[in-house]
Amino acid sequence: MDLIRYQAPELTPWSAADRWSNLRDELNSFFELPVWSSFARKGQLFTGWSPALDLYQSNDNVIAVVELPGMRKEDIEISLHDGTLTVSGERKQENSSYGDKAERTERYVGTFRRTIALPTRVDAGKVSATYRDGVLTVTLPKAEEVKPKQIQVS
Amino acid sequence: MNTLTRENRDDAGAQIEQFVVPPASVIEAGDGYRLEVEMPGVNKDGLDISVENNELRIIGRRSLPVVEGTLIHHESRPENFLRRFELDPSIDANRINAKVEQGLVTLTLPKAEHVKPRKIAVS
Repeated sequence: MDLIRYQAPELTPWSAADRWSNLRDELNSFFELPVWSSFARKGQLFTGWSPALDLYQSNDNVIAVVELPGMRKEDIEISLHDGTLTVSGERKQENSSYGDKAERTERYVGTFRRTIALPTRVDAGKVSATYRDGVLTVTLPKAEEVKPKQIQVS
Repeated sequence: MNTLTRENRDDAGAQIEQFVVPPASVIEAGDGYRLEVEMPGVNKDGLDISVENNELRIIGRRSLPVVEGTLIHHESRPENFLRRFELDPSIDANRINAKVEQGLVTLTLPKAEHVKPRKIAVS
């Protein structure tokens, strides 16, 4: 039997600038809800976790920062498809041994998947990522044609 | 889970810091307990673990990477982490061990020698 756990919704700081990207992500995440895939797969409800994701934009880059505490670098997957960034992976139960007894379980173990539409076109060949202190930073350089350009008046 | 707690540093209320409560798991393992607390962005330098009056207090201060640019989508919480646990009297507070790896704080809380089950040989 699987225990069904309710995951408290993240409290998202609200500002006017956030509105549309939030809405878009909510729509995205609706279709990414574990319900759809899980029902088909295992008949489980609300498995997995949804790590917090921040997105930044500078003149040259789009930067995604994802909180993924306690993972191994090898278990994180980053993919880019049609202007959509997907970060997925699996957190395994580390250093557990036979006879361990869980007294309290708040941490999620298992797979996660976050998908976010990028605000501009990026150069897929130059994407880089670092994983430090449980925080994943993905740097996606903007495609040359969308970078802001200074035009000299002659 | 992500409820905020307030920590009143001194009676004058001079320093009030807000914290976020991180998810934690407690596992009974071997001769004690293992405690796992998720603190993304926290490394060794940002950890402050103390035991006072049988209360274990774990504070994690983040050192997040500096990102240039404007924030266009925001889900993370800016506050630091605080989690308190009441220690079972069977735990030997002097032998608590802690490590942090990729934002996951793992504490080993061994049981005191006198509470471990002991076999008594019949002579």
